[in-house]
Amino acid sequence: MTTKTREISIWFFIGVSLAVNGFLISVAGLYDFINPVAHPVVLARLHASLWWGLFLFVLGAFYCVQFSPLRHLSQEQSAESLKR
Amino acid sequence: MKIASYIFLTTRLVHLAPVDMAVILFYFLLVLSIGAYLKNKSNTSEDFFLAGREMTAWIAGLAFLSANLGSLELMGWAAAAYQYGILATHWYWIGAIPAMLFLGLVMMPFYYISKTHSVPGYLKLRFGEGSRILSSVSFALMTVLMSGINMYSMALVMKVVLGWDIHFSIWVSSITVAIYVVLGGLRSAIFNEVLQFILIWAGAMLIPILGLIEAGGWANLQRQVAINASAQYTHLWSTLGSCNANPMGIHWTGIVFGLGCIISFGYWTTDFLVVQRVLSAKDMRAAQMAPIIGAAFKMFVPFIVILPGLLALSVLPMKLTGEAMAVATGGHSYNEVLPLMLARYCGPGLLGLGVTALIAGFMSGMAGNVTAFSTVWTYDIYGALFNKHSTDEQKVRMGRWCTILGVLLSIGTAYLVMQFLSIMDYVQALFSFFIAPLFGTVILGMMWKRATPAGGFWGLLCGMTSSIALWAWVKLDPSALRYVALSPYAKDMAENMYRALWSWLVCVIVTVIVSLVTTPKPESELDGLVYGVTTMPIEAAVPLFKRPVFWAGVVCVVFAAFNIYFW
Repeated sequence: MTTKTREISIWFFIGVSLAVNGFLISVAGLYDFINPVAHPVVLARLHASLWWGLFLFVLGAFYCVQFSPLRHLSQEQSAESLKR
Repeated sequence: MKIASYIFLTTRLVHLAPVDMAVILFYFLLVLSIGAYLKNKSNTSEDFFLAGREMTAWIAGLAFLSANLGSLELMGWAAAAYQYGILATHWYWIGAIPAMLFLGLVMMPFYYISKTHSVPGYLKLRFGEGSRILSSVSFALMTVLMSGINMYSMALVMKVVLGWDIHFSIWVSSITVAIYVVLGGLRSAIFNEVLQFILIWAGAMLIPILGLIEAGGWANLQRQVAINASAQYTHLWSTLGSCNANPMGIHWTGIVFGLGCIISFGYWTTDFLVVQRVLSAKDMRAAQMAPIIGAAFKMFVPFIVILPGLLALSVLPMKLTGEAMAVATGGHSYNEVLPLMLARYCGPGLLGLGVTALIAGFMSGMAGNVTAFSTVWTYDIYGALFNKHSTDEQKVRMGRWCTILGVLLSIGTAYLVMQFLSIMDYVQALFSFFIAPLFGTVILGMMWKRATPAGGFWGLLCGMTSSIALWAWVKLDPSALRYVALSPYAKDMAENMYRALWSWLVCVIVTVIVSLVTTPKPESELDGLVYGVTTMPIEAAVPLFKRPVFWAGVVCVVFAAFNIYFW
């Protein structure tokens, strides 16, 4: 989102949230994969934590990069230098 | 150690691992950080109450939907799906989609062109001060009361599911919402609502996916539900020919006319809680697209709400019951469907995300309530009755104090409900009294230039009064339900539909009669407020796929296809 003053996009915050949550969940999933628990959840053999966590992490990382405030800043700077 | 044992009581449905706590803690830190970051971007009243009218269609549309997607909405309708089957989906499809599209295509231009700050503000411009005061006072009162009820219900669920102390849940979540809304106003609420919307999907989507895998697909699920409950539970329309042919005890006329034409249009087009999000759009096209985007996503919400309820009928080994029976027998109630399914499939980490989705749902709903309350109070009560010439700075200051006041009143209501549980039923009924007549007043005001200020006021008042009278009649004499809902087999749900229909009709009839015998406003005063005397902005030459009407058409086609498939 672009506004009058330079503002960090909401999509960047969402990217951070998905990436951090995805990282935590996939690490927990990986730990469970290596050390199976005594009373697993239903369909534990599918390792949902691992792949869902990875999916969220990749999606979040994409949003972080795509809507990074630093990226927008450098794009603005290069556009200004081209004008000059 | 003592504090920890006080917060985490021993009786609970699920046990959280440290990684779950980390996910929940990170969520709280992030929403507070967003509030702190937006602190300096809400200095004017336009910024604080309408997010500077700078939101894109996507952000306004997702916030529009998220403000409605509270934790009670998630858990309540999952429970309803377990009780009534797929019929609960009507509240997401016919009970939402047509109204949302109507808001975007027909009503939004008037709200947007009139530059009103609120729905009562539109009534002031169209019908005068009387209608504005009546609607704003009732809306403000009901909003904080409903917010308190939602808060108590959420805290109760957290106690049952996680073993969290009720006071801890109420105060921590309320203070968090108060901080980020006071700091960043509507902009902060909207940013967090979009974040919460994404988290709700991320946390809840695995349940239907894994559930369908376990059940063996939709066809197997239907067979299993037919064995465990009834074949009626997986049909959307074919059982609505008679009140005694479906588990909800409702006729299709109640669903189509009561829910689809009145309640949903009343809620989605005149409840300021949701309309405020769309008013924050950056231009007219974004304001029209926002509800259409919301409608597109709304169509898929049953996937994470209704489907888990149906799956529970198929895969859960125990039978769920009503709250009273569950307490008496030590079993599980309908309201625990979603947490039970969460605990069934989600291991460490995922469980934390699922619980975060429930908390996020509650907080987005509460933020919606308090921002709408503070706007209506500041503009339509304080600005209209106490300080007609308030400066911009005074309005922002009042908005911030009102946010705190709204949160405190909600907390007070939550404690009141805790003491007198029956209040909950009364307040929920009270809220329904205003929605249907308000829609009658607003739609006549927008579409009929002959409607007069006196007609608008008396129509609204009589509509509300008739709704209260019908409710009281059934309360005092339960057998009256057969007359209100037109069937001896009608159940509670049918009463709400028909009461809305009758009160809307009373509102419309009184408005028309009074208008015909009173003097209308001159047409010059109706420009920007009424269809037929408003010069609508001409849409720039944009490609078809960028036009709101095209996307509304796409949503309509998918909506029709879903209804036919699940007929």
